[in-house]
Amino acid sequence: MSDDTILKIRNLKIDGKTGDEWLPILKGIDLDLKRGEVLGVIGESGAGKSTIGLAAMGYTRGGCRISGGTVDFEGTDLVAASETYRRKLRGKKIAYVAQSAAASFNPAHRLIDQYSEAPIQHGVMNTTEAESDATELYRRLQLPNPDEIGFRYPHQVSGGQLQRAMTAMAMSCRPDLIIFDEPTTALDVTTQIEVLAAIRDAVEQFGTAAIYITHDLAVVAQMADRIQVFKLGETIEEAETRKMLSAPEEDYTKSLWAVRSFKATAKPKPPADEVPIVELRNVDAAYGATPVLFDVNFKIHKGRTVAVVGESGSGKSTAARCITGLLPPTKGEILFNGEALPPGYRQRNKDQLRQAQMIYQMADTALNPKQRIEDIIGRPVGFYLGLSGKAQRERVRELLDLIEMEPDVYMHRFPGELSGGQKQRIGIARSLAAEPQFIICDEVTSALDQLVAEGILRLLDKLQIDLGLAYMFITHDLATVRAIADEVVVMQHGKVVEQGPKVEMFKPPHHPYTDLLLSSVPEMDPGWLTNLLGARERGEIVDAKAAGASDN
Amino acid sequence: MTDATNDPTALSADAQAPRVEQESRWTTIRRAFRTAPLTAWFGMIVIFLYIVTAIFAPLLAPFGEKEIVGDAFDVPGSEYLLGTDQLGRDMLSRMIYAARNTVGIALLTTILSFLLGSFLGMLAAVLGGWTDNILSRVVDVLMSIPQLIFALLLLTILGANVVNMILVIALLDSTRVYRLMRAVGMNIVVMDYVEAAKLRGEGLWWLIRKEILPNAMAPLIAEFGLRFCFVFLTIAALSFLGLGIQPPTADWGTMVRDNAQLITFGEIIPLYPAGAIALLTVAVNFVVDWMLHRSSGLKE
Repeated sequence: MSDDTILKIRNLKIDGKTGDEWLPILKGIDLDLKRGEVLGVIGESGAGKSTIGLAAMGYTRGGCRISGGTVDFEGTDLVAASETYRRKLRGKKIAYVAQSAAASFNPAHRLIDQYSEAPIQHGVMNTTEAESDATELYRRLQLPNPDEIGFRYPHQVSGGQLQRAMTAMAMSCRPDLIIFDEPTTALDVTTQIEVLAAIRDAVEQFGTAAIYITHDLAVVAQMADRIQVFKLGETIEEAETRKMLSAPEEDYTKSLWAVRSFKATAKPKPPADEVPIVELRNVDAAYGATPVLFDVNFKIHKGRTVAVVGESGSGKSTAARCITGLLPPTKGEILFNGEALPPGYRQRNKDQLRQAQMIYQMADTALNPKQRIEDIIGRPVGFYLGLSGKAQRERVRELLDLIEMEPDVYMHRFPGELSGGQKQRIGIARSLAAEPQFIICDEVTSALDQLVAEGILRLLDKLQIDLGLAYMFITHDLATVRAIADEVVVMQHGKVVEQGPKVEMFKPPHHPYTDLLLSSVPEMDPGWLTNLLGARERGEIVDAKAAGASDN
Repeated sequence: MTDATNDPTALSADAQAPRVEQESRWTTIRRAFRTAPLTAWFGMIVIFLYIVTAIFAPLLAPFGEKEIVGDAFDVPGSEYLLGTDQLGRDMLSRMIYAARNTVGIALLTTILSFLLGSFLGMLAAVLGGWTDNILSRVVDVLMSIPQLIFALLLLTILGANVVNMILVIALLDSTRVYRLMRAVGMNIVVMDYVEAAKLRGEGLWWLIRKEILPNAMAPLIAEFGLRFCFVFLTIAALSFLGLGIQPPTADWGTMVRDNAQLITFGEIIPLYPAGAIALLTVAVNFVVDWMLHRSSGLKE
């Protein structure tokens, strides 16, 4: 190969230890990266994306081993190289940007000190040079107050800023290769844009090669020159970005691409005089002395889905907590079928509690790990409906059938023995066991892979049609809103800024914040980010400052 | 049940369900033992030997617990394997009976302190607010006085007998269990599944028994082992000071004290009961370390 290729991975095999056995994580991966090229690595969780990112630095996580193959970086095999040699490369020639910047920064040191660490360690710069260089890079990454921000501690800047500071840190030694491991996954859509743009510009300016790992196709479309699709430790397909997006060859890739096409069946508008199942009237709420909700009003009708959207901190989950009674509102009332509910859940009777159920974002923490599936689902059946023994078991079987899981296989299992999507299905079954009229879905798909998430959405839609359920669907993902919502409520800073039927919401004119949210959702078109930033520059589309978004 | 007797299929389903559970639990335990490190095996064997000794003390001991069989401070020989003590009682027999007393009392005390401490700790974690504040402040006050001195003080006031000693040590030790249980419980209480149970309308007892306790078992069991050692040492120390297990009942702590003067003559006899204490402590710690490692590491 010519000098052009900076990273050449050949037949790389990595095993992970499970119990006493070594199981393969990567099953012989080939990967090439040219100087200045950005390679997008796509796959579901468990595909080995992060493992290959770390392997590109000659590193494996604890409990993993490289069992074969080579990682050739600038002509040296990192697998065979000494640890001293690899350590010299890391930070200087190869840098890494992790998913959670908040967890990756040391909270006890200022940003600029952490920035300077690598250049000083590797003897590239002295402290003064490093600090002035940091300011320069902060400016390039469009951080506010670049001269001053480095002297803050990690908790004093927002998530999006922290992620950019981390990218700056990775670039401190002007490495030849940066590995980005899901750098924007934990961020809000409106913040994600800024980080994506900053990363792309920086990579272009310095001609750095990059491996960009993500599960979000639309994001990778903006960032990568070339895309490699992984599944269970194997390469499925590899092509130029435009070609990959327009004409994927493998079935698996096509299925990934097709996920975004799911649309729930549209439901007719409810009659104007119908009493809504849930209604929030002038609800204010506060955590201690801090007010978080201001005069929130919305209605949810039988058999319909109301999506509540907004970025983190906008009060959408707080509204749900008010409805469930976990956080009694300070003002206003919550009506259920036209009757006011007692504010706190302790004052509600069994039937009121039964009627409103909740499905949680993290299925891992929503199911008691020490209870078997039949007990988890069986408890609400026994508790609310008074069934026990055989009748209860029969009902659990019915519910498992309903969520499309084989009762005989799963009844006796613990949650730890299920996959993420299956756990979420159990969460759904548990809420259905109470035979409610209304279910709050709090970001139920955001922790799941796209294929799995789509399955959950389809299931929820089917259940809604069969059982006439009303959903309050809390999400920050507008693709999910498009797929499942009948009505949309947009929240910002604890207020409802706009609400209405979905069809109208996706048509202009909008409240500026809705506009910002809508325009920030990445699209599959590789030119989307460039066009959007151009349009925002020219003032054709509202930008974050104009909409008063919290991050900037 | 009446349904089940009429319906044969229901009966078989009933019979099968528990068996599945037992099998999987059994294999888990078997796998745990198979992968246990050497230190854990050593610990388990030593603890097993202590238990056997305690249970079969009358069969194993050549003489009675309180029987005076010869001269005081007889040297070890064929008749008295470890010699005799200051009253002429057989050291070996007393060591064997002491296993019963010391270990049994320590076990009882630890169990009591765990029942008290973990129940109150869970209550504080679930209820929070005033309950938590009051309980925690009381515990702070109890913990602010050095444990051994406090125990000595209380036993002097209440009178030194075995029942008082068990109650005093159990109370003082339960403060440590309380703090652990409260901390572990608080991490569990914020879990979504506990919130789901609360929203379902479950009562306090269900929350404690079904949602929190099963998830707190691993750290509690590990702590039980450690606490057992501390209690054991406290009892030995109190006995050594004369306020613990009262003569003529055999007990390792008292035996060390009674024979301490022999050290000055270059005899190692007082070190035998001390060694028995040390060995059990080390063995329990080995087993606890292994359990801690298992509960903190990869779970099944």
